[in-house]
Amino acid sequence: MPDSLNYLTLSEASDLLRGREASSVDLTRAAFERINALDDRIHAFLRLTDEIALEQALAADERIARGEAGPLTGIPAAIKDVIVTKGVETTCGSRILKGFVPPYDAQVMERLHEAGVVMLGKTNMDEFAMGSSGENSAFGPTANPWALDRVPGGSSSGSAAAVASGMAYYALGSDTGGSIRQPASLSGVVGLKPTYGRVSRYGLVAFASSLDQIGPFARSVRDAALVFEAIAGHDARDSTSAPVEVPDISAALASADLKGLRVGVPMEYFVEGMDDAVRQAVTGAINQLASLGAEVDWEVSLPSTGHALAVYYIIAPSEASANLARYDGVKYGYAYTEGKTMWEDMEKTRQHGFGDEVKRRIMLGTYALSAGYYDAYYLKAQKVRTLIRLEFDAAFEKYDVLVAPVSPTPAFRIGEKTGDPLQMYLSDVCTLPVNIAGLPGISLPCGFATAEDGARLPIGLQMITKPFDEATLFRAAYAYEQSTSWYRERPSV
Amino acid sequence: MSLSREQVQHIARLARIGLSDDDIAKFSEQLSEILDYFERLRQVDTEDVPPTAHTLLLQNVWREGDKPEPPLDKEDVLANAPIRDGDYFRVKVILEE
Repeated sequence: MPDSLNYLTLSEASDLLRGREASSVDLTRAAFERINALDDRIHAFLRLTDEIALEQALAADERIARGEAGPLTGIPAAIKDVIVTKGVETTCGSRILKGFVPPYDAQVMERLHEAGVVMLGKTNMDEFAMGSSGENSAFGPTANPWALDRVPGGSSSGSAAAVASGMAYYALGSDTGGSIRQPASLSGVVGLKPTYGRVSRYGLVAFASSLDQIGPFARSVRDAALVFEAIAGHDARDSTSAPVEVPDISAALASADLKGLRVGVPMEYFVEGMDDAVRQAVTGAINQLASLGAEVDWEVSLPSTGHALAVYYIIAPSEASANLARYDGVKYGYAYTEGKTMWEDMEKTRQHGFGDEVKRRIMLGTYALSAGYYDAYYLKAQKVRTLIRLEFDAAFEKYDVLVAPVSPTPAFRIGEKTGDPLQMYLSDVCTLPVNIAGLPGISLPCGFATAEDGARLPIGLQMITKPFDEATLFRAAYAYEQSTSWYRERPSV
Repeated sequence: MSLSREQVQHIARLARIGLSDDDIAKFSEQLSEILDYFERLRQVDTEDVPPTAHTLLLQNVWREGDKPEPPLDKEDVLANAPIRDGDYFRVKVILEE
């Protein structure tokens, strides 16, 4: 057994289990030791499920002994608190859901239970997945393991930090406008947003239903592919789940050669104000793709990209304003009950239960959908959404993969952007077009920036393909990753 | 585009969110700034462009057959009720006399 189990990749840990060099109980105990030593500084978890985890680890060890184990059997994982877990409190980082114990499991949890997951706990997040830094959690921010005074990105802040700091071998997150890829980039791990409809949203607490998608965080592309294979596929309980077969990803990870792969670089993603270190790292990564045999076109144009931020911040809050109407203090969670009337109770429940960002977005969406404004905002945004989608469609006639930055800057300081919502929204300018068009996208480590105070801050590379072509996405990501050592770097926390 | 206090109060009422006086001032400034940013979409030509509601282009997805399945456990569901009254969620009077 190696000295430290915490920073193995999922695949390496899985090999140890199947070779009987370590048990799932060993991995689980090591994970909780790491969490107990670190998490008062990182705050990746909202709650730990130690008893459940140890039971699951014992069951996994028996399953391994019977020779019935799969690649995820017995591997400790962290679950974003926006995914419902039967019998385990699920709050979405919000006071309004404090104490809510779901009576059922999300589809992804059913799949992970079949695969033999060991659930360590539920991870911290921006309230209802609305945010780009983790600072909108009602239960306090998460720290970036690479620099504790900086954000890990968001909204899946705890999931990214747990994987980056060696607490969990993989984690589930959700991505509505970049909430997996942006924290993966800022925290130096791999994060995948699958095609819209690829993974069932049954049991994913709804934020913006036409954009939301569940996906994995991991420490290597291969690991992310293993989790993707476990959770992807049609589910009749989600009517937007796509009846499309899931390809065999392991075949896509066989070759490190990218000969013949057509790569396009959309110029509009290199936005004004982009950090120089990000520009250099991403440019270097694209040159590396060329040296692996890819044919790179540096001058692709997606002219509607500049409209994506406005489109997103109309569509997502509009859908959110409808989805979050269910939090009324009647059925579950926090309830104000001292009012004179039912309406007063409901207004006070939502006043005290929701944080500022959630209120802002509900009000934006309510306004955009209200009588007299629907055509000017929501309908207009949906039409521009069509233009953005068609430009991607045209690009994918010529290119197999589009490559871009994930975030215009590396991790910023906790508190730096909280006073200026529009500035915070700009953190997602390179990721949200992918949600608008329903495409799969991945973030993988491609270098580091050095901050003024000397901190080493990870930088992510984004790859995007046409819908349902995750096989090509993984092929390109794997070949790049294996030709570098960035994914082997660990924070010294 | 600037939202008045009255407009912010109206939106908050539609959304059933109570706001303090400070909230109203803060949100009217912040929401106005965001709505200003949205103005740029007016310049985009969307004549004859159909809207995209979602990207899968699936329509009218029906369930296969009507298979009865066990419902959620009643006790598990009611255990979350802020105010439970037997097998009911209790709320204050809705219709006034």
